[in-house]
Amino acid sequence: MRPNDRKYAQSHEWVKLDGDVAIFGITDFAVQELSNGNESDLVYCDLPDAGRVLCAGETFGEIESVKAVSDLYAPIGGEVLEINAAIEDHLEILSKDPWGAGWIIKVKPESKKLDGLMDAAEYEAFVASKKH
Amino acid sequence: MKQTALHDVHAALGAKLIEFGGWHMPVQYGAILDEARCVRTSAGLFDLGHMGRVHVRGKDHLRFLDRVCSNFVAKIPVGAIRYSLFCKPDGNPIDDLLVYREADAVYLVVNASNTPVDLAWLREHARGYEVEIDDRSDATGMLAIQGQHSTEVLAPLVSGCDLAQIGYYKFAFGTVCGLPNTRISRTGYTGELGYELYLDNRDVVRVWRSILAAGASAGVRPIGLGARDILRLEAGMPLYGHEIDATHNPIEAGLDFGVSFHEAKGDWIGREALLAVRSAPRRKLVGLSTDGPRVPRQGARVFAGATDVGYVCSGAVSPMLGTNIASAYVALEHGAPLTALDVDFKGKRQPCTVRALPFFSRTRV
Repeated sequence: MRPNDRKYAQSHEWVKLDGDVAIFGITDFAVQELSNGNESDLVYCDLPDAGRVLCAGETFGEIESVKAVSDLYAPIGGEVLEINAAIEDHLEILSKDPWGAGWIIKVKPESKKLDGLMDAAEYEAFVASKKH
Repeated sequence: MKQTALHDVHAALGAKLIEFGGWHMPVQYGAILDEARCVRTSAGLFDLGHMGRVHVRGKDHLRFLDRVCSNFVAKIPVGAIRYSLFCKPDGNPIDDLLVYREADAVYLVVNASNTPVDLAWLREHARGYEVEIDDRSDATGMLAIQGQHSTEVLAPLVSGCDLAQIGYYKFAFGTVCGLPNTRISRTGYTGELGYELYLDNRDVVRVWRSILAAGASAGVRPIGLGARDILRLEAGMPLYGHEIDATHNPIEAGLDFGVSFHEAKGDWIGREALLAVRSAPRRKLVGLSTDGPRVPRQGARVFAGATDVGYVCSGAVSPMLGTNIASAYVALEHGAPLTALDVDFKGKRQPCTVRALPFFSRTRV
């Protein structure tokens, strides 16, 4: 079971509220799809500058594997406070700990309502429906 | 989606399967870069069942093929293979292919995604020629073994022909795993020593397993389309839909060796347009290498300072070169090797350097 303390987007990002801050990351499923289980297949990650204001659904970065580039979408709107610079040089962190150390950005949320996103059980069912 | 004879074998190996040219094909079995390295250091085995295979026979087959192919088919020695294209009257290709010249027939190997288009086009232009176009794609399969250890791995499985005597871009018929009269060509899409085998569908799985078993101690592994794309780009080989397509002709792509303006070939479809391109090319296909972290991707623009001078066709991480590489069309004046350019990534620029193609080849040594 995936963590219950956060919400999930159909584009496989997660958002977790921590006081006045919202933390974004991507799920284990997203990492698996990008890397096919081979962390060395991840080659690059492009993250936004602090201060940028994101709308919900807006592209805030890209993750690149040897095969392709995937956009990262903001699950909620807000202003970028901090990026996780550690993952830029160590993308394997995303594989090892997508829920914790592999966080991607911290945002000052427009609102603390996480409407329209899935909880862990719903995301579980959503991912199961993606597999054949 | 169509499936090759090896589809279930790939699935059982844990391959990631994707749609490619209408087929459900393995893109990788493990890490793509490890698979690319395996071919460069040992050898790898590829399922190429998706490719189109067409036998052309009949009294007029050479005259017909010299009308529809860009290369001079009648001049190919029996037992040899040439790269060619099918071009439209505007000189742009509908596909590229390999042409195998037999004593009384010609065997064509075309791209999976274009096979239906190629067949329709061949049949349309066959009117007035005494020629038989025999589509062998569904009845047959194809395997490639590529890499320096290919000969030693394959040779014990082959009798009736000496693999080491098959020259580059030549073919022979031998007995492979007890299967007589099997077409074996020294061709490939990796820039390595290697062979391609043409088999009846019912025999493909057995030969696949035999090669993997024979090659196990040499480190031979199955290789997916992801690594294949890296290897062919390192080897400077075009992929239809990237370096060549309905708006990119073979001359500017540097594929002159697949185009013959020899008078004895007579007129052929696309000849006049390609003569005009040859006399006044506007752009050039070049290699790019970049030390930056990002991989140039198809469509990314290429700049010289503030000036947009071209665009990327294909890009890859190159484990062989230890850098990211690409192929790109650039305006002629920016195409000299070592020219410094930039690739654009949504407004961010990454420096790159023009390189001669191919980046790497062991076959042309």
